[in-house]
Amino acid sequence: MWGIIKQKLGARGLSAPVFGDCMHRLRPMASAIRRYSSATKQMTVRDALNSALDEEMAADSDVFLMGEEVGEYQGAYKISKGLLDKYGSERVVDTPITEAGFTGIGVGAAYHGLKPVVEFMTFNFAMQAIDQIINSAAKTNYMSAGKINVPIVFRGPNGPAAGVGAQHSQCYGAWYGSVPGLKVLVPYSSEDARGLLKAAIRDPDPVVFLENEMLYGESFPVSTEALDSSFSLPIGKAKIEREGKDVTITAFSKMVGYALKAAEILEKEGINAEVINLRSIRPLDRATINASVRKTNRLVTVEEGFPQHGVGAEICATVVEDSFNYLDTPVERIAGADVPTPYAANLERLAFPQIEDVVRAAKRTCCRSVPMAANV
Amino acid sequence: MAFAGAKIIQPSLPLIHTTTRSPDNTLLSDPSFLSSPFLGSTRTLRLTQSISPAQRRSASPVVAVSDVFKEKKLKSNTNLLLTKEEGLQVYEDMILGRAFEDMCAQMYYRGKMFGFVHLYNGQEAVSSGFIKLLKKEDSVVSTYRDHVHALSKGVPARAVMSELFGKKTGCCRGQGGSMHMFSAEHNVLGGFAFIGEGIPVATGAAFASKYRREVLKEADCDHVTLAFFGDGTCNNGQFFECLNMAALWKLPIIFVVENNLWAIGMSHLRSTSDPEIWKKGPAFGMPGVHVDGMDVLKVREVAKEAIGRARRGEGPTLVECETYRFRGHSLADPDELRDPAEKARYAARDPITALKKYLIESKLANEAELKAIEKKIDEVVEDAVEFADESPAPSRSQLLENVFADPRGFGIGPDGSYRCEDPKFTQGTAQV
Ligand SMILES: Cc1ncc(C[n+]2csc(CCOP(=O)(O)OP(=O)(O)O)c2C)c(N)n1
Ligand SMILES: [Mg+2]
Repeated sequence: MWGIIKQKLGARGLSAPVFGDCMHRLRPMASAIRRYSSATKQMTVRDALNSALDEEMAADSDVFLMGEEVGEYQGAYKISKGLLDKYGSERVVDTPITEAGFTGIGVGAAYHGLKPVVEFMTFNFAMQAIDQIINSAAKTNYMSAGKINVPIVFRGPNGPAAGVGAQHSQCYGAWYGSVPGLKVLVPYSSEDARGLLKAAIRDPDPVVFLENEMLYGESFPVSTEALDSSFSLPIGKAKIEREGKDVTITAFSKMVGYALKAAEILEKEGINAEVINLRSIRPLDRATINASVRKTNRLVTVEEGFPQHGVGAEICATVVEDSFNYLDTPVERIAGADVPTPYAANLERLAFPQIEDVVRAAKRTCCRSVPMAANV
Repeated sequence: MAFAGAKIIQPSLPLIHTTTRSPDNTLLSDPSFLSSPFLGSTRTLRLTQSISPAQRRSASPVVAVSDVFKEKKLKSNTNLLLTKEEGLQVYEDMILGRAFEDMCAQMYYRGKMFGFVHLYNGQEAVSSGFIKLLKKEDSVVSTYRDHVHALSKGVPARAVMSELFGKKTGCCRGQGGSMHMFSAEHNVLGGFAFIGEGIPVATGAAFASKYRREVLKEADCDHVTLAFFGDGTCNNGQFFECLNMAALWKLPIIFVVENNLWAIGMSHLRSTSDPEIWKKGPAFGMPGVHVDGMDVLKVREVAKEAIGRARRGEGPTLVECETYRFRGHSLADPDELRDPAEKARYAARDPITALKKYLIESKLANEAELKAIEKKIDEVVEDAVEFADESPAPSRSQLLENVFADPRGFGIGPDGSYRCEDPKFTQGTAQV
């Protein structure tokens, strides 16, 4: 009965199958608008992540990748495509399905100076390893009085996906964003993906790197500079994706695209929105956010996570603390509904922010500006 | 120690467990099974220098290891493996499982269902072999590959199909979806999408049965729980944690491993240091059984013993069913890593074809009777699709329901109104 298996074992490694997109038969998202001046080439977020991993592994043999299906399967979402062939199974490590186990192993290896990149098939599954991420990784530099640092990257798709129900579809930005000792990055475009992943791998501390499955197949223009292997982006710095003067919209990951789309619609109605791509949730670029709000006097925060104690809540707090007197109108906080993600397509759509929601909220902030103007 | 299996596994010796071989041929085609049931077979040890998992595996179908099983089997002198009625019931259930899943594939490609849809084709002997022996009060805990477990447990095809369509008439009103089938009425305690997650939940259900019997003195509470999960899941800590507690507290649970040899694209042999999962039973002090999961009669025999044991309060059993999935991991899996020869080999051992052959050869049923069942099931599945298609989508107001059991939902706000009525708080951006 097991003879076939034996053969299979023997044949392992001989074939390097090439995969197209799989596990990805999901409803397409509205493609986002982008503005790049020095764009030279189009690149998907998937290729951006893949090339960043590849280059960092080539540059530093302390860097290795581990996780479920990262090797022979080429990654559940094909982010690690080709890496097994290039770096071998010692550096592209297929693990059993044991998040607590392999995450802890990654952390332990990082204590000894290696630079593990731990891939979670999706960030949902990292819940089974949250002890390792928070206790073993995030707190160690502190507990060891700075003697043991943990240069590890935890990465994988985060946030709602399409049609996969309550357990597979939620945003962990706010969860990790509340933990001292973690850095939490949230790329949107291909440039973000490349620059931030490279920065994360080179960083001496644990980084939670939240990708978005719905963005993997999206193409963005990338500059020549961003294609250079030395490229990286600063951790903790937001990017103003679009300048405006009437209202500030903060967003991260997939929601940046929605915010840009909303800004286009608003423009037609005479509202000039400034869109901030947070890029980093922790550290949070309070300076950029506050400077923008001081200019526009209005704020809409957008995220797909649950509303309570969310990223938007933290942004509201920083703006109330630092720029209260500049606000013309109450802050609008756009978030996912406070329910587990429903399966039914119509309910699922209701549960997460849509472009119309951003438009509507931005308009509300602008319409209400007159009566509140006394605050300025 | 009651379990022989525990005795023969000595730490430093690489072993092969062999048995009176019920060789490559299946029970279904091997009448000699009747006089030498593998459950009661004797084991011999063989020492070898160093053997690869694959070699170990290829030794023979490995079998039951517990004395409990052995004694029981020797006493038993039944000649018929199942009655005509049982045979037809099991056949119908397997046909239902297969036809339902085939229909799901069609509906998925037509965009009627979405997300991750994991089909059960090929593994029917496990679901039907086990679940058809349960009482309604017994519980089943499943994974994301849960449609057929729910069907076997009696959840109507309409309710499951409708759930997959995301409709209000689904068994979870469209809120759960493919990976999360629940039916309190049928004691289907959930499809759990996370690896290992269902195992402690199932163990908890078994704990509750024991508690009701022993603490609450409900003498008639002899309910058992079946936990279904895959080979890949047996590398997750929750599996080991629960084997320990279930044995420690003698809980009425059967851990049913559906070893289909693959976890998405990860071969079992590439991920597991000792691939013989059943051995982990004795290691924790419970019987471990390895059974041909493509043979529903064998599965049923093992299931009967294990369920009986659990019902009698004699504790848990670990059963490894060697099976195979005939489709990709999910409908989105390109399934490019499994060897076509391996697939063909298992396809030739289709559990439904095998049962059909047995029923006919042993004169338990004739072609016409089986045809009639197939026709009936076709109609059931067609009807389920029609029903699901015509059913209404959940209404918008349903979005905020069922988050809490508390009928006040999110509790009462300072102005006396329900917090769930405060749109800023709960709706996110939804315009309900
Ligand atoms: C904690 C966790 N990690 C990863 C996954 C992704 N995942 C879904 S199914 C699966 C493979 C499971 O294989 P197995 O246990 O053999 O069951 P099978 O699918 O073969 O029935 C994986 C890795 C998950 N659902 N949960
Ligand atoms: Mg499996």
